Amino acid sequence: MTELVIEATGLTKSFGKTKALAGVDLAARQGSVLAVLGPNGAGKTTAVRILATLLRADAGTARVSGFDVRKQPDKVRMSIGLTGQFASVDDDLTGTQNLVMIGQLLDLSKRAARQRAAELLEWFDLTEAANKVAKNYSGGMRRRLDLAASLVGRPQVIFLDEPTTGLDPAKREDMWDVVRSLVSDGSTVLLTTQYLEEADALADEITVIDHGRVIAHDTPYGLKRVVGGQRLTVHPADPARHDELCDVLRAISGQTPEDDGRGTVTVRVEGDDVLPDVVARLRAAGIAVDEFSLHLPSLDEVFFTLTGTRSHDDSKEALV
Amino acid sequence: MRKHSSLRHAFVLCKRNLIKVTRTPEQLIDVTLQPIIFLALFLYVFGGAIGHGGSRHDYLQFLVPGLIGQTIAMSSISIGQNMNADIEKGVFDRFRSLPIARSVPLVGAVLADFFRYLVLCVILVGFGYLLGFRITTNPLLLLAALGLAICFALAFAWVSVWVGMTVRTSGAVQGVMFLLIFPLSFGSNAFVQASTMPGWLQAFVNVNPLSHLVSAMRGLLLGGPGPVATQIGWTFAWILGLLVVFFPLALRGYIRRT
Repeated sequence: MTELVIEATGLTKSFGKTKALAGVDLAARQGSVLAVLGPNGAGKTTAVRILATLLRADAGTARVSGFDVRKQPDKVRMSIGLTGQFASVDDDLTGTQNLVMIGQLLDLSKRAARQRAAELLEWFDLTEAANKVAKNYSGGMRRRLDLAASLVGRPQVIFLDEPTTGLDPAKREDMWDVVRSLVSDGSTVLLTTQYLEEADALADEITVIDHGRVIAHDTPYGLKRVVGGQRLTVHPADPARHDELCDVLRAISGQTPEDDGRGTVTVRVEGDDVLPDVVARLRAAGIAVDEFSLHLPSLDEVFFTLTGTRSHDDSKEALV
Repeated sequence: MRKHSSLRHAFVLCKRNLIKVTRTPEQLIDVTLQPIIFLALFLYVFGGAIGHGGSRHDYLQFLVPGLIGQTIAMSSISIGQNMNADIEKGVFDRFRSLPIARSVPLVGAVLADFFRYLVLCVILVGFGYLLGFRITTNPLLLLAALGLAICFALAFAWVSVWVGMTVRTSGAVQGVMFLLIFPLSFGSNAFVQASTMPGWLQAFVNVNPLSHLVSAMRGLLLGGPGPVATQIGWTFAWILGLLVVFFPLALRGYIRRT
């Protein structure tokens, strides 16, 4: 059995009357990616801050790289890199100055720090902006500089708190490649995310948390099996055909399709051969559609399946 | 060994703070324009009325060391304000996740303030010189006086850092520091001789750390009356006292803030 590099049991943390964590267990093996999946306010950031020694848990224990985060924080800090949800770079410093500063705080010589900074800036495609003040960077550039800053000391354990939130899809793919290459170099990565798709793309194991509790822990494969693989989303071109469309989908999937209230119908489907089947039947029934997609369940759907209730994501409710 | 590397780390963060000053030089207003305005106002508005024997020049000689004391206290406000605003930013999360001593970001900021106080001293003595201020001792003692003032300033800065770590907004830092600095600077011998004040106030003026600093500087710059060594001793005692009390308090405030 491989050694556990991140190991937390029964973490609890309250802020005033709000219980951010109510007994969370997390574990990640050496060289693996653990995704912590959950909506806003689930306690993801709190858990990361405890593991990165920025916060003290009220109860529970946590070890990172074999060191207790409470009793040996200095040892833990030697082995970790942290990229927060809000890019923690110094706005008044240039890209190079930011990275050299971190290198010198990590006891690199000035020369070694400069060399490492140049190396990282190149890797993250920031060489051209190296001598520009970070204040003038775009959101994506700041994220990259922030991640570069957390890698200066070649940490064995890397915490990424929602590394792709707010990035456009192309930049998200770039970030995924970075995570993969970190892992192939032997690092262990804990990343938090709101997207099952991201967890599925990167993680070896996924821990789902909600309201400060773990509600599922599994491999991406296992989790998808529980929440039922793919979702098929269809919108009829003619709203009058809505009910007929539902009948077709029910006949194929054996499940009652769900309506989002605007005529778009979603149903859980099993197997890889379902798509041609659906297309053939829609054609036979003569139902034209203007939206048709096969995708992994959204976080909302994952939560609905796991807990039977919708996640209480305020930002989502505000949008509806 | 550990101490050694902490000091080196503090210098790295000192450099960070100095770079930030070069990006926004207006941060230096309180150590450049402000002392010039104070010196001009006190000399020309109050100088004639308070003046010793009616001589404006005599008052200038009396005023420059006093103003160094007062403006040092005033200029300490900004470090507390900056730290209060800075600590909310993500970069402090980064510092806290690095294997460096907890005190390093605070010590780095205070070290960077050395340059601000140096600017302040040079401006006040330089502008004073233009208006006719002359030391009557020698340049070495001038350096000693300014060195003493800067040492005191760096110790007093910890009061501001502590307030900055304790109150919620940077505006409140200014409010609290004003409450402290006004009685300290005006209830001292910085602007008028203590002998003109009522007895109960004299009692306060005589133990006020700024009075000791100002007396010590007057002694070093003007050869002035009274035993200079005693005043220097008292000033160092205050420097030590401020450090012993406010450095741990500031550090505790910083750690609690996380």
